[in-house]
Amino acid sequence: MRESKNKTLKIFTLYLPLLVLLVFLLFPFYWTLVTSLKPEQELYGSTVTYWPMHTTFDSYHKLFVDFNFLKPMSNSFVVAIITTILSLAVSVLAAYAFSRYRFKGRKAFMMLFLTNNMFPTVLLLIPLYSIMRNIGILYTPMSLVLSYTTFTIPFSVWLLNGYLNDLPMSLEEAALVDGCNRAKAFLRIILPILIPCLVATGVYIFMTSWNEYTFAVMFTNEANRTIPVALKNLIGQLGVQWDLLTAGGIITIIPVCIMFFFAQKRLVEGLTAGAVKG
Amino acid sequence: MGSQLKNIAAPDFKEVIGLLHKKTTIWPYLLIAPALIVILAVVFVPAVNAILMSFQSYDLRRPSQIGFIGLENYMEVFQDSLFWSSLVRTALWVIFGVGFQFIFGFILALLLNRKFKGRGIARSISLIPWVTPGVLIGLMWRWIYDGSYGVLNDILLRLHLIQDKIPYLAQESTSFPSVVVTIIWQGIPFFALMLMAGLQGVPNELYEAADIDGANKLQQLFRVTIPSIKNTIYVTTLLRIIWVANSVDVIFNMTGGGPAYSSQTLSVYIFNKANSLNLGYSSAMSILLTLLLLLVAVPYLKNMFKNQEA
Repeated sequence: MRESKNKTLKIFTLYLPLLVLLVFLLFPFYWTLVTSLKPEQELYGSTVTYWPMHTTFDSYHKLFVDFNFLKPMSNSFVVAIITTILSLAVSVLAAYAFSRYRFKGRKAFMMLFLTNNMFPTVLLLIPLYSIMRNIGILYTPMSLVLSYTTFTIPFSVWLLNGYLNDLPMSLEEAALVDGCNRAKAFLRIILPILIPCLVATGVYIFMTSWNEYTFAVMFTNEANRTIPVALKNLIGQLGVQWDLLTAGGIITIIPVCIMFFFAQKRLVEGLTAGAVKG
Repeated sequence: MGSQLKNIAAPDFKEVIGLLHKKTTIWPYLLIAPALIVILAVVFVPAVNAILMSFQSYDLRRPSQIGFIGLENYMEVFQDSLFWSSLVRTALWVIFGVGFQFIFGFILALLLNRKFKGRGIARSISLIPWVTPGVLIGLMWRWIYDGSYGVLNDILLRLHLIQDKIPYLAQESTSFPSVVVTIIWQGIPFFALMLMAGLQGVPNELYEAADIDGANKLQQLFRVTIPSIKNTIYVTTLLRIIWVANSVDVIFNMTGGGPAYSSQTLSVYIFNKANSLNLGYSSAMSILLTLLLLLVAVPYLKNMFKNQEA
């Protein structure tokens, strides 16, 4: 009796609200997928169909053959990979300092790192554009790498700081006693343990660089434009072609979705550590 | 207030200099140096640049007139009715956007924190909107809202909730609420992710103690859960307020701020002005936006650090 009552209760307090939220959150993706698989007549027909009557991969074919979508994909990939490595390296050093040393100005520096995201990107966009032009890296992947590295530092440092705070000091102390110096202790002891967390943080950085649009549209040209810009540029002379756009959308999110699925658990763990210890 | 601002804007120089006289290790400073250099180069130098630009006539369409003009840009901004209407819209955008993101994100986090079959998958897939590029979000929703072939009209027609198709993004009365729904949709996962992490850090003994004291679930929520994750709520809301206030890509890709500016927030207005190459004017507006955000953020940060001390 109680058992079944509990079950009904669970349906109404857990499964039903969860289902409603999930449908809201996921329907747009379902709709994007369905749209990308429909032939044009069905897309702009008089009745809306919720599953394609005739499934076609034409739009994907067109995307890669006529619009050379591989090019922006590889551009995005290069920018995202370099940014990930650079931002991770810089962030892990800073996070280590914040976690393992108590030094003067520590709090002020942490504040500085956090508020770095405060400035409207539009504010930085304009001066950065002329700076990039003056030092000659405008319209090169470097300009994006530099920008994305900076904007991913605060959250990355915060995440890594959380992970590091979770590692007991005694680990390094043992190494120090054994005659390692701090750098060696960091490289031999801390870094290997930290690898899963570095992967999770790296996924966040990769994702952010892969997705960014505002800087990308200003700092790139035809030759090195990234995926979000290419996606937006599909709307153009021919008006909006929804089959192409949605196909492009599906291709864009698949890589980050796969990465995210693997990193999700670690990400929550890192955030938990950060949340508990501030 | 003034000293608070200084604390955030620049590290305390006395502290840095004092260090040189001490024999304390310079290691932590060397370790944060690379990150600091990048931040200074990419954020602070341009920020100073933008401040200078805001006091100049800096219109790339009229390069001969570039030069300092004092406060003229700001005076012009204050008389610009579009600035004021965009500002009000930014406030609504942040209040409704972040507000509902928080409510639904919190509900989602509470649900995903319970134990049930398939929780891992539910967690992963519910966070997908967070990993989706803003451009794509704008385009996906534009297609959903489409006046002629959009699926939202079809669903509402089938449910007999509306009689005629509505061009959601093409008419002034519905364009802004429509983009707000989209930003809510986008922000729920991030709130859920952060709050879920916070919830996992709440010790179980607290709930057991509350159970013994006879507190019901709702009381536990307000007396135990929310106070325990207060800091996470602070950080997440602050981050979201800043991101949402500054976000350009979603609105830009859905309506461009139209029709007739009816969905134009301040950051979209600034972006549009910058695109039309009037850089001095858009810099002045972005400085004002930053100051407003600081006004919101400073009490927030103050509170956060105070909580941490305790």
